[in-house]
Amino acid sequence: MQIEATAPISAILLFLSSMTVGAQEVDPIRGEKLFKACSNCHEVGEGAKNKVGPHLDGVFGRTAGSIDGFKYSSALKRAGEEGLTWSAESIDAYIEKPRDFVKGNRMSYRGMEKAQDRSDLVAWLERISLNSPSADINAESTSEVVGFAAAVLEMDGDPDYGEYLSGDCVTCHQISGQADGIPSIIGLPKEYFVRSLFEYKTNVRQNEVMKNRVVNLSNEEIAALAAYFTGIQPQ
Amino acid sequence: MTNFNRRQFGLMFGAGAAALALPTYLRAQGKPRVVVIGGGAGGATAARYIAKDSKGEIDVTLIDASEKFTTCFFSNLYLGGFRDFDSITHGYERLQSNYGINKITAFAKSVDKASKMVILADGSSVPYDRLVVSPGIDLIYDSVEGYSEEAAEIAPHAWKAGPQTQLLKAKLDAVKDGEQIVMVAPPNPYRCPPGPYERVSMMAHMLKAKGHTNSKIIILDPKEKFSKQGLFQEGWAKYYPGMVEWYGPDVHGGIKSVDAASGTVETDLDTFTGALLNVIPAQKAGMIAAKAGLTNDSGFCPIDAATMRSDNDENIFVIGDASIAGAMPKSGFSANSQAKVAAMIIRSELTDSKAFPAKYANTCWSLIETNDGVKVGAQYEPKDGKIASTSTFVSQTGEEDSVRKATYEESEGWYKGITADMFG
Repeated sequence: MQIEATAPISAILLFLSSMTVGAQEVDPIRGEKLFKACSNCHEVGEGAKNKVGPHLDGVFGRTAGSIDGFKYSSALKRAGEEGLTWSAESIDAYIEKPRDFVKGNRMSYRGMEKAQDRSDLVAWLERISLNSPSADINAESTSEVVGFAAAVLEMDGDPDYGEYLSGDCVTCHQISGQADGIPSIIGLPKEYFVRSLFEYKTNVRQNEVMKNRVVNLSNEEIAALAAYFTGIQPQ
Repeated sequence: MTNFNRRQFGLMFGAGAAALALPTYLRAQGKPRVVVIGGGAGGATAARYIAKDSKGEIDVTLIDASEKFTTCFFSNLYLGGFRDFDSITHGYERLQSNYGINKITAFAKSVDKASKMVILADGSSVPYDRLVVSPGIDLIYDSVEGYSEEAAEIAPHAWKAGPQTQLLKAKLDAVKDGEQIVMVAPPNPYRCPPGPYERVSMMAHMLKAKGHTNSKIIILDPKEKFSKQGLFQEGWAKYYPGMVEWYGPDVHGGIKSVDAASGTVETDLDTFTGALLNVIPAQKAGMIAAKAGLTNDSGFCPIDAATMRSDNDENIFVIGDASIAGAMPKSGFSANSQAKVAAMIIRSELTDSKAFPAKYANTCWSLIETNDGVKVGAQYEPKDGKIASTSTFVSQTGEEDSVRKATYEESEGWYKGITADMFG
């Protein structure tokens, strides 16, 4: 079997390539590629931080809904209190159909249909979350974005103005924090919220709807939106 | 009580709802009154935002003739089998229980502007300080010769969601392999510019799924071009080869008349016959708008671009499909966006809350085939007295499958979002 030995974790991958799930081999290299679907919201690896979703460092064996400082849905917290911990099996079941696995959770992901995909992803995640990180999975904001965001973060946004402007956001992003195909944007860290908007503006994140909104927002308006949305707590 | 959470907020209004069950003249003593006509994307949103943001300071009444609202948006997905009818039908219960909105299920017959009263079909009246008129569209049946409200029972328009949509679905499901569908598309301006072409896509999807690939859908269009034309035509060629034919006026030469009974459409070029005939006629603002004297010669309502206030009455705001909203298309998204501007202005006038400059937005998603969604959208602001676009975008032809799938999934998220924004 040929392995493209470009990733820093290639040694682990060579080892993993002999693992099997059912009759089929797992392919963590595919898993790393599949993780791109998750990486808009989840960081994993050394220094990983909470973004839209909680960071995934050490996720295996962790009680669901248990990272301090991350605002979980009450549904996921309750599941954790009732004994849900993350394992290869539970993560597999969760990502197959997130909406059904814990009803009322806020992960905005429809699900990964193919068992092979899930096996590959979980195999990769299991190693990466416990071992040294791959360098390229935490694509940091560009220096341009950080600069734009810094100027806004110095401002005191007007939450009343933000509330009015939010009308344009909540047509898609539900104010309840429920997410059904479009992520929740309430209660996020302010820096993350502001950077994300500039990431859409500068094509670091690609979505024409978001870009079209953001190009029309002044710094004052972004500060106002950040003041409003980061102050809302999920119920 | 400065720190209540949303649930407590809801409970407070729940308690308020009991008090609101009193007769009109007994409640709302001294409270400013807003009446909203029409419980769709414009009206339901306006009612909810005024009630929510005024935190009980404004008495809000929503008048709609129906108990439940079926969204026109996503009704094509019902035709295509991607949605069931219940999933596009919504009640007003939460607007009443969580926001204290008084819902009157009645037909608004006219507006007495001098005494600021809405007159209902039973003759009773509902007083207002500000009135929001959001009645959507009415169909001009005789804009297509031979077509009528009666003919629509045979050749449905299905351009107002509800029984007409179900009728069209039943007729679509009955089309046999090799039989033809003929659509007469509407002239501008009309509700949901990409709608007829998404509908054709969904009908073709249904036919193809059943193996009825010998069937054909003919579109007879009075327009020379249409919304997202390149995207739709690319999709039809890719997924439904030989099944969809679009004829503009330079081909058919003019639509002369239709005959619902025989399923025929006469044009200058030829007579077209379909086992299913879908006629979407020209449109005007919902009837109450004309009765209230809010329309101009176009059949729609001129408004002030900065506020959505009617040009004809300072206490009345017209939003959604019934309004003449400059560059904004007639869409549920537009109506929802306009409702928030009107709600903000009305609150500021009645309760001295802060007013901000108007900003509007629209995005229209369309589904061409399973997991192949496209979108078009823009931001808008008042400029020189008109609502003008400040930036626009549209999906591109030749996009990767993953992009189209993400666009479709985004549209599903939007549906959840906007219906939550309308109905609480």
